Amino acid sequence: MKKILIIGATSAIAEATAKRYAKERASLYLLARNEERLASLTADLKTRGASSALYALLDVNDRSRHEEVLKEVIKTLGTIDVVLIAHGTLGDQKACEDNVEQALFEFETNAVSTIALLTRLANLFEKQHGGTIAVISSVAGDRGRPSNYLYGTAKAAITTFCQGLQTRMFKSGVHLIIIKPGIVATPMTEGLSMPAMLVAEPDQIAADIVRAIEKKTDTLYTPWFWKYIMLGIIHVPSTLFKKLNL
Amino acid sequence: MKAIQRIHGWGRYPIIGAEVDAPLVVSGLKSAVENYGADGMISRGLGRSYGDSSLAKYVIDTRHLNHLLDFDKNTGIVTCNAGISLADILDVFVPLGWFLPVTPGTKHITVGGAVASDVHGKNHHVSGCFSDFVEHIKLLVNPDNLLLCSETSHSELFHATCGGMGLTGIILSVSFRLMPVSSAYIDQKTIKAANLSEALALFEQNYASTYSVAWMDCLATGSSLGRSLLMIGEHAQDHKLACPAKHPITIPVEMPSSLLNRFSIQLFNTLYYNRITKQEVAHRVHYEPFFYPLDGIQHWNRLYGKNGFTQYQFVIPKEAGQEGMNKIVKKIAASGKGSFLAVLKVFGKQNDNLLSFPLAGYTLALDFKIEEGLFPLLDRLDAMVLDYGGRSYLTKDVHMSELTFKLSYPRWEEFQAIREQNGTKGIFASYQSRRLGLDT
Ligand SMILES: Cc1cc2nc3c(=O)[nH]c(=O)nc-3n(C[C@H](O)[C@H](O)[C@H](O)COP(=O)(O)OP(=O)(O)OC[C@H]3O[C@@H](n4cnc5c(N)ncnc54)[C@H](O)[C@@H]3O)c2cc1C
Ligand SMILES: NC(=O)c1ccc[n+]([C@@H]2O[C@H](COP(=O)([O-])OP(=O)(O)OC[C@H]3O[C@@H](n4cnc5c(N)ncnc54)[C@H](OP(=O)(O)O)[C@@H]3O)[C@@H](O)[C@H]2O)c1
Repeated sequence: MKKILIIGATSAIAEATAKRYAKERASLYLLARNEERLASLTADLKTRGASSALYALLDVNDRSRHEEVLKEVIKTLGTIDVVLIAHGTLGDQKACEDNVEQALFEFETNAVSTIALLTRLANLFEKQHGGTIAVISSVAGDRGRPSNYLYGTAKAAITTFCQGLQTRMFKSGVHLIIIKPGIVATPMTEGLSMPAMLVAEPDQIAADIVRAIEKKTDTLYTPWFWKYIMLGIIHVPSTLFKKLNL
Repeated sequence: MKAIQRIHGWGRYPIIGAEVDAPLVVSGLKSAVENYGADGMISRGLGRSYGDSSLAKYVIDTRHLNHLLDFDKNTGIVTCNAGISLADILDVFVPLGWFLPVTPGTKHITVGGAVASDVHGKNHHVSGCFSDFVEHIKLLVNPDNLLLCSETSHSELFHATCGGMGLTGIILSVSFRLMPVSSAYIDQKTIKAANLSEALALFEQNYASTYSVAWMDCLATGSSLGRSLLMIGEHAQDHKLACPAKHPITIPVEMPSSLLNRFSIQLFNTLYYNRITKQEVAHRVHYEPFFYPLDGIQHWNRLYGKNGFTQYQFVIPKEAGQEGMNKIVKKIAASGKGSFLAVLKVFGKQNDNLLSFPLAGYTLALDFKIEEGLFPLLDRLDAMVLDYGGRSYLTKDVHMSELTFKLSYPRWEEFQAIREQNGTKGIFASYQSRRLGLDT
């Protein structure tokens, strides 16, 4: 029976992933802010077959609570086989351009909180000598684009942080996977105009995540073709890139 | 105010601008209902209704309310939020030996949509509609009033809501009975019918089969008029419950609609009909291709090009039988507008819901791309169907007139009375309900 911790557990991608683990009878511990959604999600996961599903409230920006919350998790689960870090906000890029506080707040939510959590989790996993740390970054971190470079900056920070941590963790038998989804139809992207051809469903992403954790993939682009799209995008010369509206 | 989104039904016609609220929790849904109350709103599931049933200026999208709430493995009763998809239900419960008691031809619909359209499947003649397996629903008629409706509690509202196209409130949760199966496979038999009378006779001969449906070539004329492949099926008993994973293929963009013309469709239909050379073939197939052949091609609705399409599905009573069906099919064949294939089925008896579509008789469903001259043809078909005492299916409809609706759904006044009693008239309203004269 796998023991799974999910941070940002009410995210559409995280829920789809949790549902897959529930079917395998995992024990799940969920952290996020939306209590009504968490309560309903735990009922769902138990109905799907989860051995247990518990939740606690956590605003990831409330960093002073990280230690105590993680302690409680360990007390409940014992060891953690997989932690999935899934919280995030796309933010309002335009507003971030006009308001320093808002810009930094987006960075806090998407990067600082994750770095804080990973720092504690890394030490816990090192002691465990095993398990998987799965972190959702984004293709948006591969190259800054005018439409969402604040978000992209935070994701780039996460990616780079995780690359370093991945190598450190490897030495103690802990696997860290960096997950870079493309465009996914979730509440985060609702109402945005997106090229229909490129939009994936959360469950497709979840299937890839579960498989990649199993296969111990280091960096997962999901769906797979984003690897090639991003390879193209990072190689566009900046003289040309500046003229595009991405 | 939220940004205006462009939305449409499965037929991609009409396309309208709407404010869409997609709440994550019930309390969020209630405040959405409060905000939009005065201007009217409609609920929307996965948008698989073809026309304008789930379209309004204000839309409450239920797809995030997608959690399972409870399952009783002794009775097979599952309770879930209305926004969960049938696909999700199948994924969880087929491996445990349970199947949907009634399923439409796509699994990408919500349970709420299944109730609101009171959907039918290939087993209607023996099992009835989806609502026949519903224990109870929770219906939000206004933000302060959530009612448990069933055969025994608020039963009038229950019978108005099943098949009521979202016009009586928002279904928040549904409790319904699954059916035990011992396999994910179906023993399927395909039988050739050279024309319509052979097809109808085959339906009667196979009335005891759990599932039956026929694919008809609508463009064949003369002595081949109505030639069909009848498919019947039974749940296999082989104890193989695991489902192989498959990846659907996708139609990435709108296709030029000229690709679908009389010639290409005729060619396709002929090839389809002749793919079976023997009179009768038996196979064991997975439930996916048996029930959901089109789900294998994602976004196949883009095949019809940018003007979109509609599906015309009507039923005529058994008494009108072969003669009626013959005349209507002839009219369609002569128009040259028919689609790939038409789906023909026998229905069992009608239920007690006020606006449910099925009645004992024969039903035919076929696609038409939206083009000049189509609506006049549909008007002529409506008149014939009405003449035979039949009607067409609201969840597919995009053009029916108010008069045709009111004549062919004779219980519409009772329906309106219940809406008035519960104060939902005008509050829950769609483009369709306005067209049909149920709202102004
Ligand atoms: C390929 C294909 C095959 C099909 N085959 C069949 C078939 O064999 N038999 C059959 O009966 N139908 C069939 N259908 C039609 C389909 O089953 C119905 O249109 C169904 O209602 C769609 O559900 P949805 O979740 O997509 O709802 P939508 O299309 O979003 O909405 C349909 C109606 O339900 C209402 N509604 C949705 N959710 C709620 C809710 N929570 N509370 C109140 N009202 C709600 C909407 O207001 C609207 O009036 C088919 C459709 C397709 C695309
Ligand atoms: N959707 C995409 O196209 C896409 C693409 C690439 C990467 N991603 C990444 O994928 C991950 C999941 O996103 P999603 O698309 O599934 O989005 P989503 O459904 O909008 O979920 C985001 C979740 O983050 C949680 N969250 C936000 N702020 C939080 C905070 N301060 N404290 C705790 N939780 C917080 C929210 O939970 P509560 O409200 O319950 O707290 C919310 O459920 C994110 O990291 C996102 O950046 C998404």
